[in-house]
Amino acid sequence: MQIDWLAFTPGPAFLGGIFLGLAAALYVILHGRILGISGIVSGLLSPKEGDINWRLSLVLGLLSAPVLASFFFDLHAITVIDTDWIAIIVAGLLVGFGANYGSGCTSGHGVCGLSRLSPRSLVATLSFMSAGFFIVFVIRHVLGL
Amino acid sequence: MSNPQKILNFLDLAGNWDPSLIFVLGGAILVGLVGFYLVSKRSNAFFGGALHIPTRRDISKPLIIGSLIFGAGWGIAGFCPGPAIVALGAGHLKALVFILAMLAGMAICNRFFTGHKK
Repeated sequence: MQIDWLAFTPGPAFLGGIFLGLAAALYVILHGRILGISGIVSGLLSPKEGDINWRLSLVLGLLSAPVLASFFFDLHAITVIDTDWIAIIVAGLLVGFGANYGSGCTSGHGVCGLSRLSPRSLVATLSFMSAGFFIVFVIRHVLGL
Repeated sequence: MSNPQKILNFLDLAGNWDPSLIFVLGGAILVGLVGFYLVSKRSNAFFGGALHIPTRRDISKPLIIGSLIFGAGWGIAGFCPGPAIVALGAGHLKALVFILAMLAGMAICNRFFTGHKK
């Protein structure tokens, strides 16, 4: 292991994390719910009455944040997606299936779950981190892609 | 977080490792701990209505298997649900394709694997 000091950005990462934590904290205090993006999005697939607006408004908020930010930053220079189309589709299927089957993703288990000291979320986070480390190792260092 | 390359470089322990994501998670949990502590003292949400906080504590097979599958997908593209939606808002077509596939994955789980949470 060697640290990529050129890419390492602890300051902006920490600041971004503070904002993420703030979003999760305000969401549960004001709205009474866990800010778990996969669960909130998944609930839109089989909408129940009176359960749609708060889910949609959160998705719209996520979609509009970069539009607002684009007035100040060049977001296309920040976001780089090298993955090819087939891999994108396979990854999306796995992420969607896995998040539903495992009852959460990086936001619900990772941020909110760890913040409320949930043992289930700790196990989930360790599981998806391990799988991520493993897959990237296989793709980059075994297959050399 | 909405740059998948940054995530993939964090997951690449054997390569040029970028530890930035630890600082994202650390910052988020620091504030989150305070937020969830404050909520634990409340009996309802600030805007009214009940609190919807999970109560399960069992470590189940679906929890682990689902998370492993999620992590595999995360490791392939560097996208998880929230950042993918943000990248879609920034106008990235691949984020749209990822999200459509993600919705399909969720629908498959809901359709054929319901009952695993009971």
